[in-house]
Order: sequence, then structure tokens, then C-alpha cells
Amino acid sequence: MAITRDDVEKVSLLARLQLNGEEIERLTGELARIVEYVDHLNEVPTEGIEPMAHAVEVHNVFAPDEIQPSLPREEALANAPSHNNRAFLVPPVLG
Amino acid sequence: MPTLSPLIYTPATELLRRLQEGEISAVELTQAYVDAIATREQRIGAYLRVEAERALQQAIAIDDRRRKGHTLGKLAGLPVAVKDVLCDKSTRTTCASRMLENFRPPYDSTVVAKLKAADAVLLGRTNMDEFAMGGSTENSAFQITRNPWDLERAPGGSSGGAAACVAAEMAPLSIGTDTGGSIRQPAGLCGVVGLKPTYGRVSRYGLVAFASSLDQVGPLARTTQDVALLLESIAGHDPRDSTSLDQPVPEYSKSISEPLKGLRIGLVQEHFAEGLDSEVESAVREAIRVYESLGAVVKMVSLPHSKHAVATYYVIAPCEASSNLARYDGVHYGHRTDQVAMLAELAEERKLLEGAKDEVGLERLDSSLVRMYRRSRSEGFGQEVKRRIMLGTYALSAGYYDAYYLKALKVRRLIRQDFDHAFCEVDLIAGPVTAQTAFRLGEKVDDPLAMYLVDLYTVSANLAGIPGISLPCGFDKAGLPIGLQLLAPPLEEERLLRGAYMYEQANDWHKHRPKMD
Amino acid sequence: MPENYTTIIGLEVHVQLATKSKLFCRCSTQFGAEPNTQTCPVCLGLPGSLPVMNRQAFELALKTAVALNCEIPGFTKWDRKQYYYPDLPKAYQISQYDLPMSSAGYLEIADEKGTFETKKIRITRAHLEEDAGKSIHDEAAGKGDSEIDLNRTGTPLLEIVSEPDLRSSAEAKAYLQELKLMLTHIGVSDCNMQEGSLRVDANVNLHIDTPEGKIATPIVEIKNMNSFRAVERALDYEAPRQFRVWQETGRKLGDSPKQTRGWDDAAGVTRGQRSKEESSDYRYFPDPDLVPVLISDDQIATARKSLGELPADLRKRYVDVYELSSYDASVIVNQGRAVIEYFEQAASESGDPKSACNWVTQDILRLLKENDRGIDEFEVSAKNLAGMISAINEGTLPKPRAKEAFDLMLSKGYAAQQAIEELGIEQIDESAIVELCQELLNKNPRIVSDVQNGKLQAVGALIGQAKKLNPNIDPARFREICLELAQQTTS
Ligand SMILES: [Mg+2]
Ligand SMILES: [Zn+2]
Repeated sequence: MAITRDDVEKVSLLARLQLNGEEIERLTGELARIVEYVDHLNEVPTEGIEPMAHAVEVHNVFAPDEIQPSLPREEALANAPSHNNRAFLVPPVLG
Repeated sequence: MPTLSPLIYTPATELLRRLQEGEISAVELTQAYVDAIATREQRIGAYLRVEAERALQQAIAIDDRRRKGHTLGKLAGLPVAVKDVLCDKSTRTTCASRMLENFRPPYDSTVVAKLKAADAVLLGRTNMDEFAMGGSTENSAFQITRNPWDLERAPGGSSGGAAACVAAEMAPLSIGTDTGGSIRQPAGLCGVVGLKPTYGRVSRYGLVAFASSLDQVGPLARTTQDVALLLESIAGHDPRDSTSLDQPVPEYSKSISEPLKGLRIGLVQEHFAEGLDSEVESAVREAIRVYESLGAVVKMVSLPHSKHAVATYYVIAPCEASSNLARYDGVHYGHRTDQVAMLAELAEERKLLEGAKDEVGLERLDSSLVRMYRRSRSEGFGQEVKRRIMLGTYALSAGYYDAYYLKALKVRRLIRQDFDHAFCEVDLIAGPVTAQTAFRLGEKVDDPLAMYLVDLYTVSANLAGIPGISLPCGFDKAGLPIGLQLLAPPLEEERLLRGAYMYEQANDWHKHRPKMD
Repeated sequence: MPENYTTIIGLEVHVQLATKSKLFCRCSTQFGAEPNTQTCPVCLGLPGSLPVMNRQAFELALKTAVALNCEIPGFTKWDRKQYYYPDLPKAYQISQYDLPMSSAGYLEIADEKGTFETKKIRITRAHLEEDAGKSIHDEAAGKGDSEIDLNRTGTPLLEIVSEPDLRSSAEAKAYLQELKLMLTHIGVSDCNMQEGSLRVDANVNLHIDTPEGKIATPIVEIKNMNSFRAVERALDYEAPRQFRVWQETGRKLGDSPKQTRGWDDAAGVTRGQRSKEESSDYRYFPDPDLVPVLISDDQIATARKSLGELPADLRKRYVDVYELSSYDASVIVNQGRAVIEYFEQAASESGDPKSACNWVTQDILRLLKENDRGIDEFEVSAKNLAGMISAINEGTLPKPRAKEAFDLMLSKGYAAQQAIEELGIEQIDESAIVELCQELLNKNPRIVSDVQNGKLQAVGALIGQAKKLNPNIDPARFREICLELAQQTTS
């Protein structure tokens, strides 16, 4: 599956990256080569093979429903690029 | 140049004994390393931040408590360097990224908490490839790290700072992380010992995620004994990490000197193929002969799917990374673009589109929020990180999931099954860590695929979740270290370490040191 | 063209599970705290933090799935649903995609007033997921920055998706009421819509009968409905709107992408919402930080046992065993757990479910409604109501004076016996009634003759007098005796 410039532009929006023309050009080439390499996986027969999403097979891990202290608000907001001591601030969500 | 204390050449286990017996103080030891860093770090660049002040304060407190007869942690007074990817609430955690340049986590990662509880002295934070993505540490947003054996060469990566600081005697112990070989490969290229534990053996809580199903924290040191000591201090079940294994931690440092009787060592057919440097090959084959001389039986085994490991890895890791790194959007923490410039840029674009009566373009124009995300992320991330985010986003996007991600998960199981079969025949698998010794700085930066192939021998262990160790097994003609990799079945770190120790005792490769002064 | 169409409705309901702490961290889920005071590294999505599943949330979800007659697989897992929004700090929501914890259930709805037939509404799936936080937008035309509060982030939700089996706003409302009744009954959620514990989205389209056959219109998703009434109104608005749009444009299902519309309650209209094409590419994949859950048959059996009688079982028992009308059975059960428990206690302690039902449905529910209160605050306890019913049945409390006794129990919190005593009610024997009767008849010869001439109602005047002389008189018995004596009297 060849990657096109158009794919790269679409993916850059999905990934919330802003790429300039030169970057799009370069990435189209680089990603195309990587994808071509990765495409060899299609040659491996995998019928009836269960996908392996985890490196170890652990199941049913739970924590009890007990409240533990939250962070003080100053600490929760301390790393925020913009806040008003109450909430995180972002450019208008609507508009 | 001031003469450095001989303590910096002494293995950690020996230093610990001397600390315990009162022959040396933690302050004296910490100062020795602070001095070593002061004279050597400028040439190496292993540390992003040396925290000498804090380290000496810790050392003073430990000495004080020891004098008062208080119970001390099991690493009391031993300096440890930590890769700048594990959260520590007393300092920043940058992941060598502009994105997190000023990020101060309000909590400790479990590994850092364990080190603090063990009374280790935290020397500083080591350099790495940005978000652990890379094999040369050249992807750090802040500095390059040089290989102590040849300053023109890369230390490997992504834990390049972690390996280089140990190789250059700027720390006796250090913590790295390994997602596709990021501990073992730099350990091999820098001539130190590095161990990637079984997935789930060490908690990932507070480890800034690259690829969650592959990431593991592990120790680096100059001897297998020291690696065992550090591993047993950080391993263990953590209720905060759902993928952590609820299994007891053996005292690796105690059992390590027991030789493995009737050891069966497997050599992987597929490892000795085209691309393997002849000097690396002969060093590894020589190491195998050493094992035979120690009574081990050597068998050929096959890992038929290992040739697909890099491709599998470069689907799974970027997919997980694209998701794990989505949170860096400039809202709750991390870099945010200049809002005034951002709004001006949007206004300018809108004007142009309106002038051109480009209805489609206007319809597609980012909202200020979307543009804030896109600019913040593009400014905060480096090229390799962006490349992997793009690759992972593409592979998970509508229409491609089955062909790439799902397919890779299935091949991953086949890779794991290969190991399961092989470990029915042998106790340990031995082979090279890398196909070549340390490459030149800049040599592979423009060829991402070539850089990815450096992980050829290491990624399989991450995909399968099994433990692996890299230890010195010789030098090439240029005087660069060669690494031997041993792999064991899940949770067999004890076997891995005993096997490595047997080899280490039979030669003195690990005692060779780079010329530093 | 005649408006000959069927409205096809499917509902997506998100309910907050009644846990103390969040789904993947141990922050409190308490409603109404100051912004950003209930957060931690996990729910802030800080680098390095990891989720751990709340056991109670899983168990409540399992209980619900069993109550909704769902199939429960032996294996379920967690997936990441990825999209960017400032109130979603990880930029993905942990949810369930292809292997949800339950599927293929149903909920039966009925309407006692008969506006629709009793029917089973199929439930496609019910899955666990975490809630997002809250964005507070600047009121001034979206000019200023938005505030983000992450207290809500990570609250456990169960998403319950129905098949498009509902055919009217009345059915949709009945489904929601029955679902809410079920969830509150089994205690998995308080379903408080004001606090966001229950949220509804509706998928609506029309099947229009035309000479060329049935035509389906494009599906519209309606959001922002903040009460069951709003759901009803929005659906009643939306169906004819879609019909008009179809008449104007002729657009069929598949001709345009699914549209999202928001309900404007004040204006009483739905309005189109802007949505970008790419936003639907959620790139789901299994969350590597969370491990799968294996569910055993034993666990399912335990969950089933913990449910007790469900509303449908109760209605059936009230009709079959208590011999209530199905209407009355529904009136009681639909009030929810507190009224059901009240009724059950009154019915069993008095041994007279029918009387208990009458008191509850006729007097008590009316009083509660008038005063806008819950039955748990009602002054006449179930025990006291039962005592009163017993007193009536045993004859110690004459039926005609029961209302007086009840009012006294209500105003003073008395038990039945206390009320009877304060009212001075005593049982009087037959001879006393005869005596009084004779006395009054003697004083009123005109009434005697009226009765003898067939004007039986004439004794009514005597009943009033008798009650004044002795409040314990049973008026019905007095009347009987009076008539008898009057006939016998010789003039
Ligand atoms: Mg949902
Ligand atoms: Zn939390």
C-alpha cells in the first residue's frame, strides 16, 4: 500500500501535527520506505493465530473501591501552560 | 587535572560492602563521582542534569543515619544515575524532549520510589533519545552523548546516557529502559552490562510510556553482580501497574555465583547471517567456546520468525507510541505554542483563502484549538518522534488496522512461540547484541530504516516479553567493545544472571576500561 | 402526500456507576466539588501514570448486564478510543470496542394505559468506559478561553445501547423509565440526570411508506437532552422535521453521512452541529496498560443471585400472589425501590396486600406528590400502616373512622393503637346500638312513619345524631338496625 502526499496530510491532522511542505515531502518518502519494509509481514501465514497485544498473559487485575487523597489543586495545575488557579485554560473550544 | 578517587573504578557491590563496614562514607563516595563527572562529563554528555547538590545532601543524611545506627535501605549510599524518563517529584522529567523541558511530575515513579527507599544516592538524570525513540541518543532535543571508547562514535540508544555514564565511571549503577533493545544495545556498544527484565518484572508506573506493551525498566552496571544487585532493588509487583507480575523476587545477587550445571546454550541459526560483522561474529563464537569449556552443551536452535521481528516491532511500537504521545497537546502540561502568533497565523491564512475565494480551504481551516494542538506538538517534538507518531497514526487509521496492527500482533505471537519451542531445547540463548560495533555519530541519522535495523537482535525479546542481558565479550580491531546477548525464558532472570556470571568469571573483558584521563 | 411513516428510534444511555472512587484511579467521584480538586496523576493523564480497574465498577457493570438479560462472554478487554478534546487529558478514552463485557440483552416495556403493546426492546451491548471532564465555555460568544475541570474525568460509566426497536417518543420514554427503575432498583446507579449520572443520546430516522415501497431516511443522532421530557419533546419534534426534509430533498439513508443535532430545550428545536469528517476515525486498539478480564460462570451466577427480584418479577408476583390488578402492581413497582419496600412491609405485616395497595396508591402516593417528598420521609411508617390495616380487619378500628386515625398518625407520628385511643374509639356491642336506635326513633315518630311509607333515606338524619352521641357507632350497622326497628314499630 503506497503512501501518498495526501495520506500524509490527512494523517498529520489526525495526529495533530502541523507539517510544512518540505516535511510532508520528506515524510511521504520516508514513511513509504518504512511501510514497504513492513509490508513483508503480509507474507507470513497467520491463519488461526491469536493476536498478542500483551507481552505477558495476566488477567483480572483490580483495585478495591477505596478513595485515596487526590492532588492538591495547585499541584494538579502546576504544569499547565495556562490556568487561573481554578481550571486549565485553552483557546475557545467552540469557534 | 586532579587525580580522581580510585573508588570510581570499584564495582558497586564492593563499594556497598565498604559502606556497610564503615570503610568509606556515602559523602566520600558521592564526592568521588561528582568529581569524576566534573572532569569527564563535558567530553561525554551523558547527563542531562547532574544533581550534585541533592546527591550530596542525600549522602550526608545517609551517613548521619548510619552513624546513629538506623536501619538503612539495601543500596544505602550507592550512587545511581537515572534515565530522564522516570518520574521523580524532586526534579524535572524531560524525556530529552522540548515538549517536557519544564515538566515537574507531582509524583515518584515506582522505580524511583524504590531507589529512594533503598537509600540510593540519585546522582542525576541521563540523556536519551527523545521519548526513548532511537538507537544512538542523537535524537535528544538537548545534547548528544559520546561513546567513551571513541568520542566520535555514538553510545547507542536510547539509554545512551545511562550506558555512557557507567562506561566512563561517572556512575557505578544506572537505570535505563528497554523497548526494543534500548538497554542492551548501548550496554553492548559501551562495553558495560545491561539487563532487560521480563515484561512485568519491574513496575512501569511513572515510566513515561513509549510503547507500553514493550517498555521495561532495567539496570546497567560494570559487572553482572552489580546488575543483579540493582535489579533486585527495583523489581517486584506493583499494584499501580496492572501489567506487573505478582511473583516473588529472588535474591539475584546471592545466587549469581552458583554455576549452572549441565547448561544447554542455544545458538540461533538466523543470527549468523548476512550483515553480521566478522569480528563481532568471531567474538561471539569465542564466547560460546568459553561456555563449552565450562561444561555447557551448545545446540543450534531456530527462531524462524525472527526475520520479521523488526517489521513487527516497527508496527506495534509506533502504534502504541502514537497513542501514548497524543496526550502532549499543550493543554494540561508540556509545551504550548505562542497563542498570539498562532492566532495571527490563522488570521493570515484565512485572509489568503478569502481572497482566493477558496471555500474548501476555508471549510478545512483549523479551529484555533486544533491549530493550538498542531503547533504545540510540532514545536515540541523532534523529527524521529514525529515520524513514529505519523507511522503509528497511519497504521491504526481506518482501513489499515487489520493489515498492519492486527497482522503484527499475530506475528508477535509466532515470535513468542518460536522462543517457547527453543526454550524446550535449551536453557539460554546466546548471540550478538548488535551486528556491528559502535557507529559514527551522524552516520545513520538520515536513514531511519538503517537505524531501525540496528535493533535486529534485540527487539524479539521485547516482543516476546522475555529477559535478556548484554555483557562485554571482546573488542574489535578499532578497540570498540563487542557485546554478547543472553536470553532466557520469562521470569528466569536468575538463570540469566548465573549464566552471565559464569562467563564473566572466565575472562576479564569487563575489566577493560576506556582511556578517560 | 399523506404522512405515512414509522419513527425508528435507538437510544444510547450512559449511566454513572455508583462507586466511591473513579474507574482507573482512586479519586473520589463525589458530585459538586470545587473544580480540579478530585484529580491525581492517573486521571490527569500525566506522563507515566497507569490505570488500574476498579473492582466495584466491574461488578456493578456485570450485575447490570445480567439484569438486562445480556449474553456475557468469558473474555473481555479494554480499548482506547482516540480523539482530541481538552477535557480528555490522555487524548483517548478507555472504553470497550469489539469485545464488550456484554451484548444481546433486552428490556421489556409496557404501557398500562395501552398506548402501545408490551414489547421487548433489544439491547445491542452494554460496556464500561471512563467519563471525560468538563469544558466550561466563555459565555461571551466563545471569545475568551474555555475552562477545563477534570474532576469528572475517569468516572465509571456504563454505556447501554439499544437496537432501533422503539417506535415512538412514548416508547422511548417508557424504555428510559423502565431502565432507570431497573438500575436504581438493583442499586448500580442513582440515575440522577441533573448531576449527569444518566445521559441519553437518540438515533432517529423514518421508514416512509411510498407507492414504490418503504424508504428509510438518513439517521440523525440527537444529543443534549437533559430530561426524559426533553427526550420525548425532541423526538416529537424530530420525526416530522425529518419527514419535511425528506419531502423537500428526497434524501434517503446512505445519501448523506450521519448527522448530529443538539436539542435546544428552550426553543424546542433540534439544531445541526458542526462535525469534521476526520473526527470519526477513532483508531481503536487494545489498551496495553490494562489486562483483559476473564468472567466465569460462577461470577455470573453470583451476580444473578445478588439481583433479587427485578421490577418485572415483582409486578408478576403482585398480580399472581397478591391478586392486585396489573395496573396497581405497576403503579407500585414503578415508584421504585423505596415504595416497593414500604408496600412489601405493609402488605406482609398486615397480611392484607390489597388494602396495603389501596392505601399506598390512593392516599400515600397522592400525599407524597402534593408535598413533593419521598416515602422514606413519610410520617406513617410501613409498620404503622400495617398496624392500622390490621386494626380495621380485626374490627378494633371501624372502617369509617380509619381516615381520621390515619390523619392523626400522619400529623402526630402515632402508631394505629395510639390513634385509636386518642380518638376514643371503643368497640360497642350490639345492644348499645339497639338501645340508642330505639331512643332516637322514639323521639322522632315522623321518621318512623316516613320509613314505613318507603322513604328509607329518612334515617340519615338519625345517623348524624347518633354519631354525635357516640362517635364509636358504626353508621352502617346503626342504619340497618334503625330500619329494622322502624318497620317493627307499631304506630
Ligand atoms: Mg461512549
Ligand atoms: Zn485520579
